[in-house]
Amino acid sequence: MGTAVERFDEKAHQAFDRLGQNRVYEGELLRHRVYTRFLHWMVALFFFLALFSGFGIYLPWLFRWVTPIFGGGPLSRALHPWFGLGFVAFFVLQMLNWIKPMRWTAADTRWLRNLRNVVSGAEKLEPPETGFFNAGQKVQFWEIVAGCVVYLITGIILWAGAGTFGRMSVAVSYVLHDISALMMLGGIFIHIYLSTIGEPGTFHSMTRGAVSEAWAWTFHPAWYKQVTGRDPYQACEEARRRMSQPHS
Amino acid sequence: MSDRRTLQIKQMSAHSGPIPGEGVQRGFEVCKLVDTTTCIGCKACEVACVEWNDLPFSATTFDNTYQTMPETRWNFWNLIKFNEHQRADGAIQWLMRKDQCMHCADPGCLRACPADGAIVQYTNGIVDFQQENCIGCEFCVSGCPFEIPKFNKTTKKVYKCTLCSDRVGQGLEPACIKACPTGCLKFGSKDDMKFIAETRATQLRDIFGFEKAGVYDPQSIGGTHVIYVLHDATQPELYGGLPKDPQIPWSYTVWKWLAKPVLGTFALFGLLGVCLHYVMVGPRRPQPEPLEKEATDGNRG
Repeated sequence: MGTAVERFDEKAHQAFDRLGQNRVYEGELLRHRVYTRFLHWMVALFFFLALFSGFGIYLPWLFRWVTPIFGGGPLSRALHPWFGLGFVAFFVLQMLNWIKPMRWTAADTRWLRNLRNVVSGAEKLEPPETGFFNAGQKVQFWEIVAGCVVYLITGIILWAGAGTFGRMSVAVSYVLHDISALMMLGGIFIHIYLSTIGEPGTFHSMTRGAVSEAWAWTFHPAWYKQVTGRDPYQACEEARRRMSQPHS
Repeated sequence: MSDRRTLQIKQMSAHSGPIPGEGVQRGFEVCKLVDTTTCIGCKACEVACVEWNDLPFSATTFDNTYQTMPETRWNFWNLIKFNEHQRADGAIQWLMRKDQCMHCADPGCLRACPADGAIVQYTNGIVDFQQENCIGCEFCVSGCPFEIPKFNKTTKKVYKCTLCSDRVGQGLEPACIKACPTGCLKFGSKDDMKFIAETRATQLRDIFGFEKAGVYDPQSIGGTHVIYVLHDATQPELYGGLPKDPQIPWSYTVWKWLAKPVLGTFALFGLLGVCLHYVMVGPRRPQPEPLEKEATDGNRG
């Protein structure tokens, strides 16, 4: 199975590389190819469409505010399941694309135990074993995988309604559907923060696809080593020395 | 289907803020009394309902009983449910129950509804659907313990008995009451109808030998604005599946009015958290960072 998925994924990458560009400048590394970026932004688009169309229906306080964006209550309700399906469909492709680097390792467990130091800013450089994704990213990824399963099952029950699945299954489904949405809502704040102002230099990995080498050895040292063959800490020290030399 | 001049709203689905016009008029709760012991199953009420509400005709289903169709439809709000029941003593009973919206004091449909103003409850107890506000999600179907709201797939709206709120608002009795030839249907204040119902139940118990006769006014949903006199109040299920202890799913009470606002606030803490992190801890920058200078006030600079 793994090989079939990989072949499909590689073909998709090649096709999208012909459509878009991966422009990498001096001192940069290619992080996300066109296909990955395309999937990311499609997932993001459908996520926010589903989030906002759902939130109008979720909270009475937001009903009159949010539903007009989608053409009123009835249209919000009609569109929301399709937005959700779009989100799940593109995320499934992204999952096939990322399932390998998202595999959980012992180093990830150690990373999570060290979370306090990461959040407090005490740890400037990531531990040497942090690869393409760190444990925080992996937790979010697998949370979305689980969330998508919950969304899909409960969403279909809510879509078809009590006439098909019975009163209680609808009443329970909408609670689970909401909990899943609230978890992702909490997650999206952290995701947007860390990919923009929280860790500067991250955002253009999803626009142009490239990151600076300094970004790579700081946040994903094992990946840096794998791509460049150089030692990340040594590279960082050399850069520091260059920087402290007076300009001539 | 409402006349806002004479019907004051008491509760509104998914409505934030106060209820417009709340408490400006005095009013008493109305009630429809259905005495199943004197119903002859003539179905005049069914016809009157379809006629008064100008509902389009739909095909009936013959199933070898005296029931017009299996259950109410979006365009058929009033149905005499028929059950041929053999009692323990061998006697055969034809149980006829007029099935329609029960106009619960605590309506599960209204609790479940996420659309502002799509379901309203008037101060007189009538629960009414406002189709212009309905978004067609069918949550009310899962909220209702009596399987009353019916979805129209074409208009994508839900319909049910209005207790003729348009007639009641003008001081008239509902159309079904008007049509009933035996007087088994009565309409008036809830207190009066309960008094008549209890009197009739006592009569059934004391004179007619129906020892288990009683009034159906389920308190699990705060009572209803349609009440029944039953020959056997201990087995309401016999009367076309009338639930003994109707319940609103817990999720529509616990989740919607408690957990939703609380958890919604928690999700916003995520936003607050990242803002505080940026201000108090600051971003993580790629290393090595440029050397820091002493800050000078740019404004005076």
